Amino acid sequence: MNTVLAIARKDLTIEWRTRTLLARVVPFALLVLVLFAVALDSEPLILRAAAGLVWLAMLFATMLLVQRSFDLETADSALDALLGFVSSSSKVFFGKALSLFVQLFSLAVVLVCAAVVLYGARVEGGGVVLLVTVLLTATVGLALVGTLYGVVVANMNGRDSLLPLLALPVLAPLLIGATRATEAAFGSDTIDVSNGWAWAALLAVYAVVFGSAGAAAFAPLAQGDS
Amino acid sequence: MTTGTAATRVLGVLAIITTAWVVVSAFFLTPADVVQGDSVRIMYAHVPTAWIAYLAFVTTAVASGFSLVRKHRTLGFDRVAGASAEVGVLFMAMTLITGSLWGRITWGTFWQWDPRLTTTLFLFVTYVGYLAIRRVDVDPVRRARRSSVIALLAVLEIPLVHFSVVLWRSLHQEASVLNTDGDVRLDGLMLFTLFSGVVAFTLMFVWLVMHRQRLTALSDLERVVGLDAAISARRAEGVSGIHAT
Repeated sequence: MNTVLAIARKDLTIEWRTRTLLARVVPFALLVLVLFAVALDSEPLILRAAAGLVWLAMLFATMLLVQRSFDLETADSALDALLGFVSSSSKVFFGKALSLFVQLFSLAVVLVCAAVVLYGARVEGGGVVLLVTVLLTATVGLALVGTLYGVVVANMNGRDSLLPLLALPVLAPLLIGATRATEAAFGSDTIDVSNGWAWAALLAVYAVVFGSAGAAAFAPLAQGDS
Repeated sequence: MTTGTAATRVLGVLAIITTAWVVVSAFFLTPADVVQGDSVRIMYAHVPTAWIAYLAFVTTAVASGFSLVRKHRTLGFDRVAGASAEVGVLFMAMTLITGSLWGRITWGTFWQWDPRLTTTLFLFVTYVGYLAIRRVDVDPVRRARRSSVIALLAVLEIPLVHFSVVLWRSLHQEASVLNTDGDVRLDGLMLFTLFSGVVAFTLMFVWLVMHRQRLTALSDLERVVGLDAAISARRAEGVSGIHAT
């Protein structure tokens, strides 16, 4: 556990010192939200699509953060050194995923606030608890799948385009679930809060499945990558 | 050098004969459907291609599993997995194309966001990604390990995609247009033609996979031999350079 925390803290320290998330990814994601609004060009339509747009922006931002997270490791073969130091490679997987989760969760909070301000989305009563649960479970899933496919394409030529091609189809269930549940939390008339909780449960299952798969697959993927 | 053997030649001839029979029967012998008219003939190509695509992806998953577990046969299984996925993507593309042509005639639209169609589309994109990964790694051993893991993750992904899409559509949309699907009444010859189509395409699939995996073996070998040849050529140059001076 200490190893996992140490790896996560290392990544977050690098992030804090370089401020990639703050200086590039947050502005990018906000820009995506603004561009969606411009493209849709209709306030009722934007409000109706708000949840989906937030999660699409999250998916795009995840691609950027995952690239960044593994570019750090593959430079100077740092990943091989890291794997040499830990007792089990799944600790590296969970450490990287944890740091990604912290970054993605803060981004998700910013984007939901942006949806409230820009799109006029409203969160009231029981919706708040549901929204927080969805943000947590969905970003855990995003972080785990992102880390898993990040190590798949680490060190590869053309990884910038391979990562979205591989990871986005896998993230489709997460996009559907997170969008529906967030819609329920925003008080949409097409879905009620109890259905939203069902989707949140699906998101939790998704995170568990890909958490175990990632822990198992990390070792064969990371070995001999030098 | 050839990738053909007696077995593939027999398979190839059988595939041609059965395919020819399916073409003749589908276009000339079978009757038009009462409801769908002549458009029902698309089914003789559409259903077998879908079946082959699923068969191919199951083959890829099983071969990838073996490739990870059986250490000393890793590369052989990996080549079968890759060859099968390539043929699978081809057949799935044909499934999607023939399906949307049929949909345009029958439903009046090329595409419906129905669970089965949506899952198929995601399956297609997933294996396109799998093939993209295979093209990047030059080293066969590393390619085998990476692509096997991707193929097994796809097995995990597809049920989740399907489940969430089913849930998504059921919560969201009224009756789907797919009802016409059950209206096809198959008489004996139609059923036999459909079955022949499955047999013909299965033979074609096996034939393609056998050739493709041998081709991969040869190109892997060529890379190794080519490197050795290049090294000894440089050595020879060095030696002759010394003699010349």
